[in-house]
Amino acid sequence: MSSLSTNPEPSRLSKAWNSNMAYSFRRNPVAVVSLAIFLIITVMSLLSPLIAPFDPYDPAQIDIMNSEYPPIWVDGSDAQFMLGTDDQGRDLWSTILYGTRLSLLIGLCAVGLQAFLGISIGLISGYVGGRVDSLLMRLADIQLSFSTLMVAIIFLAVTQAMFGSETFNQYAVYFLIAVIGVAEWPQYARTVRATVLAEKKKEYVDSARVLGFGPLRIMVRHILPNSLSPIFVISTVQVANAIISEASLSFLGLGMPPSQPSLGSLISSGFDYIFSGSWWITAIPGVVLVVLVLVINLLGDWMRDILNPKLYKG
Amino acid sequence: MLAYLVKRVFQAIAVMFAISLIGFAIQDNLGDPLRELVGQSVSEEVRQQLRDELGLNDSFMTQYLRFAGNALQGDLGTSYFFKEPALDVILKKLPATLELVMGATLIIVGLSVPLGVYTAIKPNAILSRIIMGVSIIGISIPVFLTAILMIFVFSVEYGWFPSFGRGEVVHVFGSWDTNFLSADGWMHILLPSVALASIMLPLFVRLIRAEMMEVLQSEYVKYAKAKGIRPFRIYFVHALKNTLLPVITVGGVQIGTMVAYTILTETVFQWPGMGFMFLEAVNRVDTPLIVAYLIVVGFIFVVTNTIVDLIYGLVNPTVNLARMGA
Repeated sequence: MSSLSTNPEPSRLSKAWNSNMAYSFRRNPVAVVSLAIFLIITVMSLLSPLIAPFDPYDPAQIDIMNSEYPPIWVDGSDAQFMLGTDDQGRDLWSTILYGTRLSLLIGLCAVGLQAFLGISIGLISGYVGGRVDSLLMRLADIQLSFSTLMVAIIFLAVTQAMFGSETFNQYAVYFLIAVIGVAEWPQYARTVRATVLAEKKKEYVDSARVLGFGPLRIMVRHILPNSLSPIFVISTVQVANAIISEASLSFLGLGMPPSQPSLGSLISSGFDYIFSGSWWITAIPGVVLVVLVLVINLLGDWMRDILNPKLYKG
Repeated sequence: MLAYLVKRVFQAIAVMFAISLIGFAIQDNLGDPLRELVGQSVSEEVRQQLRDELGLNDSFMTQYLRFAGNALQGDLGTSYFFKEPALDVILKKLPATLELVMGATLIIVGLSVPLGVYTAIKPNAILSRIIMGVSIIGISIPVFLTAILMIFVFSVEYGWFPSFGRGEVVHVFGSWDTNFLSADGWMHILLPSVALASIMLPLFVRLIRAEMMEVLQSEYVKYAKAKGIRPFRIYFVHALKNTLLPVITVGGVQIGTMVAYTILTETVFQWPGMGFMFLEAVNRVDTPLIVAYLIVVGFIFVVTNTIVDLIYGLVNPTVNLARMGA
């Protein structure tokens, strides 16, 4: 028996390292750089309470007298504020770190909600079929025909007017996650449904049914793992879109309040000062936002090229 | 075809019904019409009497039917702030927004076709790579940031273009003043249109490129090449025609999306359109105006989507209307 173990089963890690996907990833400099930048931004924003020199949420550390200092490479700056300060006298570097964390958090949670709703509905729709299917897909059509941004703007505007801005600001994070999360479920539902329809006919599903497994188990344990690659591709694009949506909503004053700024609300508060020459309050968070979204989109593009079987052949 | 048409129109009516329900629910719960009418200084007795007279104590159903009946006759309430019928206020702002959308559409249509076709024909050329690179950067920059960037560069730094408003407009008829008939109007509409187009243009370039590349692989294009037809004719007459079908569908849906993005561009450029007005209405808690905007925008979405679906059904010979219809 011991002769069998001379060639041990490769570990999960080395299997992943030697897979097709990892190989093409290593060969693609754009993807490598994008992932590296994405990880750097994510880790730094997660560690913001540790690495930020100031706490933008602590009023004791904010002095209005410090407002609108330019970044250190511009004349008239203050050495303790590396990227300058915003209109309220907050250190821009610290505020950007905290703001990026907030933007990422909202983007990821919103996409998590989209994925949960969309995958559940897509699985049910594809697996059950019939009237349920046509009703759910008709709903998806209607939901898709309204732009997410429009739905979100109207929903948030009405909510804000209804609860007053104080209560709204307190729960703004949850409102944003909920509205971006709910508005985009059809993206997932349609794709998952299409793959379920294709997978459902295969023999492994029949055999699972013959073995007496329930529909829930077949859907989640058997069909879902085989529909993962389109889900990955959609997810990257959706995270990028969710971050842009959050920034746009916050820019309009319908998202995060200036007291706990995300990247969008930081850009928005800087916009009032752009005519007086304080470009950095808008420009620096803007650059961070664009770089963050861009690397996610580049990763998404790469993943689509790799995972899409249509492109894989040609 | 008729069955499909009827079904599609029926669905549109159902969606408008749902939107009107939402609109009414907002009207019912947001703000107090009585306070807007008489202020705080009226006794409780008079208030109750007024509530009865205005029908605010009727059941939800009765009130909704009254609301829907008025809406069908074009009466969406009176704006608290403007003291004018809400629909009139919106219709006055509509041309400004539509011109913005029109300007952006011109840019998108004018640029996306040649760029998309070029990148599809020569996928490995340096220019194609640059176009594709710029397009993914374009997708990654939010509309409002493009707008701010353009204001900063072209208005603040160089002072070439004005940064806000519509400038000099020429009256056409009714409430329609146009930007397209004066030099000053063109100067004012250029930056906002480019900003609005910046988010859609990359999407269309990529879509046309993807569809075109697929079509170029097809048998009939190979046959046309073998037959010796000039490449220009193959690309623009034979291939492009067949790529336009999905482009039209996506395009129709994106017109609705563009209305949403106008809110962002109008805010940055202080463009006196519907979106700018809507945000002001929200800040003033002008409920009738908010509801009217919701219904007008919902109507625009439903109409464009229905028309696009119908065109798609008409133009695409492979759509099985019988199956989709009944």
